[in-house]
This record gives sequence, C-alpha cells and structure tokens, in this order.
Amino acid sequence: MKAIVLMKQTPDTAQLSASMDGLKLMAEGGPRIVNPWDEYAIETGLALAEDHGGEAVLLTMGKPESTEAIKTGLAMGCKGATLLTDDAFENSDSLATARILTAAIRQQGDYDIILAGKSAIDGDTAQTAVQVAALLGIPYLGYVAKIEAVDFDAKTITVVRAIDSGRETVTSSLPAVVSVLKEIGEPRYPSFMGIRKAAKAKIPEMGLADLGLSADEVGAAGSNVQWTQVTLPPAQETQLELIEGEPEEAAKILVQKLLAEKVI
Amino acid sequence: MANIWTLVEHRDGAADSISWETLAMARKLADKSGGSVTAVVLGDGVSELAQTAFHYGADSALVVDDPALKDYRLETYGAALAELASARTPDILLMGASDKGREISPFVAAKLGVGLASDALDMDLDGDSLIVTRPVLVGNLIAKITFSDAKPQMASLRRRVFPALEPDTARSGDVETVSVTLPETKTAVTGFEVAEGEVSLNDASIIVSGGRGVGGPEGFPTVKALADVLGGALGASRAAVDAGWIPYSHQVGQTGKTVQPDLYIACGISGAIQHLAGMKTSKVIVAINKDPEAPIFKYAKYGIVGDLFKYVPALTEEFKKELGK
Ligand SMILES: Cc1cc2nc3c(=O)[nH]c(=O)nc-3n(C[C@H](O)[C@H](O)[C@H](O)COP(=O)(O)OP(=O)(O)OC[C@H]3O[C@@H](n4cnc5c(N)ncnc54)[C@H](O)[C@@H]3O)c2cc1C
Ligand SMILES: Nc1ncnc2c1ncn2[C@@H]1O[C@H](COP(=O)(O)O)[C@@H](O)[C@H]1O
Repeated sequence: MKAIVLMKQTPDTAQLSASMDGLKLMAEGGPRIVNPWDEYAIETGLALAEDHGGEAVLLTMGKPESTEAIKTGLAMGCKGATLLTDDAFENSDSLATARILTAAIRQQGDYDIILAGKSAIDGDTAQTAVQVAALLGIPYLGYVAKIEAVDFDAKTITVVRAIDSGRETVTSSLPAVVSVLKEIGEPRYPSFMGIRKAAKAKIPEMGLADLGLSADEVGAAGSNVQWTQVTLPPAQETQLELIEGEPEEAAKILVQKLLAEKVI
Repeated sequence: MANIWTLVEHRDGAADSISWETLAMARKLADKSGGSVTAVVLGDGVSELAQTAFHYGADSALVVDDPALKDYRLETYGAALAELASARTPDILLMGASDKGREISPFVAAKLGVGLASDALDMDLDGDSLIVTRPVLVGNLIAKITFSDAKPQMASLRRRVFPALEPDTARSGDVETVSVTLPETKTAVTGFEVAEGEVSLNDASIIVSGGRGVGGPEGFPTVKALADVLGGALGASRAAVDAGWIPYSHQVGQTGKTVQPDLYIACGISGAIQHLAGMKTSKVIVAINKDPEAPIFKYAKYGIVGDLFKYVPALTEEFKKELGK
C-alpha cells in the first residue's frame, strides 16, 4: 500500500497575540509548522500503513524552508518525501498548486490513496485537494470522519463523511483523494528515533523542469485569482453594556434587551 | 452586463436556504451591471425548485432532471455543472459555501481551468469582473480577491452573511430543461444518518456555548437548557471538548466550526483568540463570565459578570416566560 499525503507548511496561528497580528504573522511570524489539519492526514496514512503494510510518503509544494515541516512528518513516521519548489511556483492559486501536485503525483508511479487535510490555515481555501482529484480524474471523498473499511487488493474504500445534514457512508474505488477531519484520530507525536533520523534526511526537490510544466501554468502567471489586498479585519466597534444585579433581575433586563435587538 | 449563474442546493428537493442568499447576492451584482441571473437546478424530480428560484430573484432557470442525480455525488453534480458552464460560459458562477458548494466549486473550477474564491463574505463588481472579500488565516485577515479574464469567474458565499430576498410569488421566468452526459460513477452512497434532535451549528441563528467554566460534563445541561428554550444550537470551546465533556462536533473556533449567528451566548468561555476566530462576527454576542477581565467582554455587546450556574438558569426561566414556553 502506498499513501501520498499532501502536506503544506503554514504559519503557526497559536502565536497570534495582541502584539502579533495576522499581517505580522504572515510576514515574519517565526517558525512554520505542519498545517494542523494535515497532521490528521499524516496520521491516517501512517495508520493505514501499519494496518495494511506499506508506506506513507509526503508531497509538499512550497518554499525551500518547507523542509522543516517535512522533517516533522518524517519524524512522525512517513517513509519519504518530495518537496516541489521553484521560484516560478510563487503565488500559485489553488488550481496552479493542484497542477504542480498532480504533475508530481503522476511521476510517483503506483499509489493507492492520496490523503489531504480539511484546509490549509493560511489561504483557508479548502480547494486544492478537490482540484488534485479533478485533474487526476479520480474520486474525491471530503469531510471524512472515519474510514470504515478499505481493501487495497480489491481497490475499494468505505468512509463516513460528516456533512452539514448528518453522516453519510460512501463506498468508492481506489485510488481516491481522501480529505480527513479531526475526528479521524489524534495525530501521533514524532518519536525520538524519528526525530534523529529526520534531522539527517536529505529531502529530494523537484522544480518546474523536473515536473515537465511550463512557466505559464504555475505561479502568478498560471493563476486566475490574485490576492490584491490583505488587511486586518475591521475593528469590532462593540460597546459593552454590563448587566448588573441579582440573577433574576439581570435576566429580566437582558431578555428585554435581546428581544429589542430582534435576534430571537 | 454580467450573466450570472447560481446553483440551487437541496437535499431530496428541499432547498437549502443558502441557495436564496446566494441568489440575492447574484441579484445585487446583476442589477449593478444590468445583467441577468440564471438559477441552475440539478437533481431528480426537482423542477419545481425553479419556480421557487424565480420568487427569490432569478430571471431564468436551467434544470437538469435525471434519476442519476438522485443522490448527491460530487462526480455527477460536478460533471453536470462543469458541462453546462463549459457549453454556455456564464460570466460568473456562484454557489453557497456549504459542504456541497465547497467541493463542487473547486471541482468545476479545475475542470474549466478558471479562478475561484471560496467562502466569500461579500462580493462586488469592477465593470463586469468579480471582486470577492474573504477571510484568510482563519479569520485573522481579510483578503480582496480579483480574477483573470477566464470565464466563468467563480465564488462561493458563506452562510448568513447576505440576506435572501423576500420571496415574491408574482415573479416568474423561463425554465429550460436540458440533459447532460453524466460520467460512470466510481462512488456510491450506501448509508445516511441524519443529525437528529440537534440544531446544527452551521444553520443556527442562535448559539449558546459553554467553556471550561462549565466545570464538567454535568454542567452542560444547564447551558443546553438555554439553547433549547431559544431553539438554538449548543456550542463549546476547545477546552470543554478536549476535556471530553462534549463531542467535537460542537466545537466553535479555529479548529472547530466558524459560525455567524444572530445571537451568540458564551458561558464560561474566556475568549481566546482561537475561539474568537470562529464566532466574533456574530451579530450580538453575550458573555457570562465570573472574571471581569476575560477577553470575551471586549467582543460582547452585553455582559454579565457572575457565576454562570446562577445566571444561565435565570435567563432560561425568563425566556420561558417571555416566549410562552
Ligand atoms: C492551534 C490552536 C487552535 C485552537 N483552536 C480552538 C478552537 O477551535 N476553539 C476554541 O475554543 N479554542 C481553541 N484553542 C484553544 C484556545 O486557545 C483556548 O485554550 C480555549 O478556547 C479556552 O477555552 P475556555 O475559554 O473554555 O477556557 P478558559 O480559557 O480556561 O476559560 C474559562 C473561563 O470560564 C470562566 N469561568 C469559570 N467558572 C465560571 C463560572 N462558574 N461562571 C462563569 N464563568 C466561569 C473563567 O473566568 C474563564 O474566563 C486553540 C488553541 C490552539 C493553540
Ligand atoms: N502547497 C501544498 N503542498 C501540499 N499539499 C497542499 C498544498 N496546498 C494545499 N495542500 C493540501 O490541500 C489541502 C487543502 O488546502 P487548501 O486548498 O490550501 O485549503 C491541505 O490540507 C493539504 O492537504
């Protein structure tokens, strides 16, 4: 069994504070991390490899410093990784990113499943993994809370999707792109041995030419959307009104205020 | 003159309210540019949804009625919409940022090779070109997205940020029924379990949430009683979820759900930046917390400094009386 885990390195939003706003964090915000949602994808790949034999490998498109996050994934137990990096990839939108990832996946030989996170916490688009599936022409299973059954010989998988209206069970052929939710299971911590091994790992890189892509398919040139302006959210102009008094009295006042707000 | 399409979303023929919010947004854009709005209805036995779409502001409707579209599946719905959009090239193609819309839209955008902005908070036009405002970095930044000339320009609209129009039953329009070639499917829906007895956080116009201040699983019924009397959904902070007091599906915040109800009542929640990321754009926020310095009060319109176990039951009782329950 071979699982390819799509993993992105992102800023660490746990560092947001009064003195570190979103703009600062994006520009200079200290150490980058494995996109938190992708940790669940890594965990899923490792659990499948344990249960069925085989391996999970990482595929990342990003700047050269993404090797840091890749090493975390290797330390967790992934058996290999490829970093897709090139100046030409900068400012790729989700579809250009999907093109780059797809070109690399096509060069990886046989694979059984592609795993992805729910979204990347920087761009927050939740588009890339669907687009990889669309470009590869294989099924996409989103919002996966549980893998109910998988048979890599018969090439089938049954998953539970946690969607707005309830829980849907879907059976699909493999290979497929599976995007997992937090419910799939808590990600393991990197092991001590894993960290030591990952520290020494040499991570293969591929660029535009290696992937057989042309410059106008990727980066800003190959993208159909641009972020033309990024700002902090408008300051909330709420004036707090404290409701005082004993519970019964305060409840009466607050209920009247809320009824007057017409929010009930 | 932007020619705008919107997808009408439904489950077994029951429309999802996000469809009408998206239609209202499309109407706003079309009116600004002197253009038109076409509602796209995909499903099995769902053609009457086209009439409802006219009441909510559509000028015309495109209907694909096909037994193969009975169950929603990305591969069939995505292929149907991609085929229609590729044959007729609307200028703009919109849908709701629901669970379905957030997977159909990137699928179609990939098949057509066009741009997409998901989870829009607002949309506008520059000439006939779409501009989308959307949150990035889990709501800690707002980005303005512009598009290349590739058509259609696509976006999905977040729930509850733009009101639907009042339905006007006198409105009507032309319905065109078309057929499309659907692909052989590789997926099958084999089971469905409705989220029962609970108001979903996604749709809720009122949410009452509990945090670490609730003290344990035995504290949550107090919070839930208030949610129930208001017909609202029950939310929670990550601290309460991580402690195992309440399932993850209730978590609001950066690593939980992003919600935007009319009323959000936070009980025993401090207001950490990651919790705020999921709820701070709620219309009216009420905070009940015994610590007057809790950051949540900076975002609240109304606050009570005190013990939630005294004040929450009092509120529940008072609402019962006022709402005649
Ligand atoms: C990467 C990352 C992602 C995260 N994602 C999320 C997320 O999605 N959602 C989320 O909520 N958090 C998230 N967190 C956690 C977040 O930082 C906070 O730790 C969490 O929100 C705190 O929950 P709380 O407010 O319930 O608890 P606390 O911060 O402990 O606050 C409890 C509050 O209850 C009050 N209180 C206690 N007893 C009573 C009483 N009897 N009556 C009234 N008030 C009382 C206290 O005064 C206090 O203000 C995330 C953190 C990280 C690092
Ligand atoms: N640059 C990238 N490299 C590898 N995987 C990515 C990249 N961007 C997105 N993904 C995958 O696609 C998912 C959705 O990302 P996004 O569309 O950016 O929100 C992520 O959780 C990852 O699994």
